[in-house]
Amino acid sequence: MAKVLMKGNEAIGAAAIKAGCKFFFGYPITPQNELPEFMSRELPKIDGVFVQAESEVAAINMIYGAAGAGARTMTSSSSPGMALKQEGISYIAGAELPCVIVNISRGGPGLGGIQPSQADYFQSTRGGGNGDYRHLVYAPSTLQEAVDLTIEAFDIADYYRNPVIVLGDGMIGQMMEPVEFNEPKKRDLPAKDWATTGTEDKRRPNIINSLALDPAELEKHNIKLDNKYKAMEENEVRYEMYKTEGAELIFVAYGTTARIVKNAVDALEAEGIKAGLIRPITLWPFPNKAFNEIPTAKALVSVEMSMGQMIDDVKIANNGKLPVHFYGRTGGMIPTPEAIVEKAKEILGGGK
Amino acid sequence: MLKDNRIRVIIGHYGSGKTEFAINYAIELAKEKDKIALADLDVVNPYFRSREMQQLLEEKGIKVISSYVTGSGSDLPSVTADVLGPLQDKECNVILDVGGDAMGARTLGRYKAYFQKGEYDMFCVINGNRPGTQDLNGILHHIATIEATSRARITGLINNTHLLRHTTINEVLKGQELTQQASEKLNIPIKYVSVMESLVADLPKDLEGEIIPIRMIMREDWM
Repeated sequence: MAKVLMKGNEAIGAAAIKAGCKFFFGYPITPQNELPEFMSRELPKIDGVFVQAESEVAAINMIYGAAGAGARTMTSSSSPGMALKQEGISYIAGAELPCVIVNISRGGPGLGGIQPSQADYFQSTRGGGNGDYRHLVYAPSTLQEAVDLTIEAFDIADYYRNPVIVLGDGMIGQMMEPVEFNEPKKRDLPAKDWATTGTEDKRRPNIINSLALDPAELEKHNIKLDNKYKAMEENEVRYEMYKTEGAELIFVAYGTTARIVKNAVDALEAEGIKAGLIRPITLWPFPNKAFNEIPTAKALVSVEMSMGQMIDDVKIANNGKLPVHFYGRTGGMIPTPEAIVEKAKEILGGGK
Repeated sequence: MLKDNRIRVIIGHYGSGKTEFAINYAIELAKEKDKIALADLDVVNPYFRSREMQQLLEEKGIKVISSYVTGSGSDLPSVTADVLGPLQDKECNVILDVGGDAMGARTLGRYKAYFQKGEYDMFCVINGNRPGTQDLNGILHHIATIEATSRARITGLINNTHLLRHTTINEVLKGQELTQQASEKLNIPIKYVSVMESLVADLPKDLEGEIIPIRMIMREDWM
């Protein structure tokens, strides 16, 4: 299929439809508005349903209902709106329902601002909801990757019966790039025999629920969920290594920031300084094993559009081996390749 | 460019490249003319608005008018009354950089009195690689809805067909053919072909419309 030029938010919407999503529930917030707008225009054309809910809380609970009925369903929001959805996400994880949730994140805390930010790393990877739950977090760095990961997210959600988050900062939502929509590779997916689709008096009713009255049963449920999360850690980790071979300094960055860091790595290379990048594509599960593939590294530096959140995972993965530095801009400010180059020189020239 | 009427209105499909065209056009015009104002009427987009380039444009002698809420941090659909000044000043060359689709063109209704024949040009930017304007019907639909909302007639078409860094001459020519079809159907001339600077030398010389080399000003180098 020929490439078309799309805005990130539109491309994610088109990818969801390509993946068979027919039900979208959401509430407007900048900088992700083009996504629900796209769905409101396109879903009726394929006999799908778009509902602008009365709030983010309502939207995520509509997702619970639609997913419980076995449908492929998606919602999207931006940072403060995602905060509102957290309760519902915990319920969805507890009730083991598949769905895709897109966060096109903006500056915080609170209402923050509309410019791009990566300050929802904790919210996305630790979860703002209650209880022992986890979900996959994809962090695309190009629009093509956003398309491919969104399509795949629906399969992964169905496979594990678990919500999947696609996390793009505002820049990923707003920028334009050529994209193409390829047929996803098929996964063997289990039948949705748990869905509440009506018994027709032929079977016992299915029940979608996250309440347990017996603590022993709840513990068993938690162990079952945990086994699922362990399988995700085993099978779903994704990352990219960029010019890490022989590199002395290893950047760690994701999303838009990773694109900027690649430019910094190239600029350093031109000056004869060996730097590379570990780019997590899944933020949870975090690509811990990537940190075993950098034998020449002397230092790590986490670059984020936040005051430093992913750096915690970098430290866990690093396990005390190398010094870990940080460079970040926040509040909607975007790091420049030049500033990152300067930071690299400062680190390699001495310091800690 | 110098033959265009004093008031130039840049409209088109959402994401067709209006702002990048408007800014490049303004910079070219500023090489020939003194009094230029660019008004950012975009009430649709929260990012990539011409107001972000205020400093760069003002260094080149172009006055930038946008919202009374300054900076990039607002998504309020507000336009300042200051837009009227340059519209009324017969000495001033005005470029109106309008938001996408009929939704964005709604801001123009308020300035209808200034869109008199011979006083204004309204240019429709077309990117044949944007879903929605990849065929003649899509283009005609956008033109009809934008004209109805803005209450002004389009006077020229701009072929701005591209795929950013992946653009080839063939893409431009494909877009030119599409724009030509719209031009014949509507009896509106192709006024400009806006093409990435690096491709200009390889373009055929007989294309309808003046070629405007585009430097990607709105797009950071790292993108």
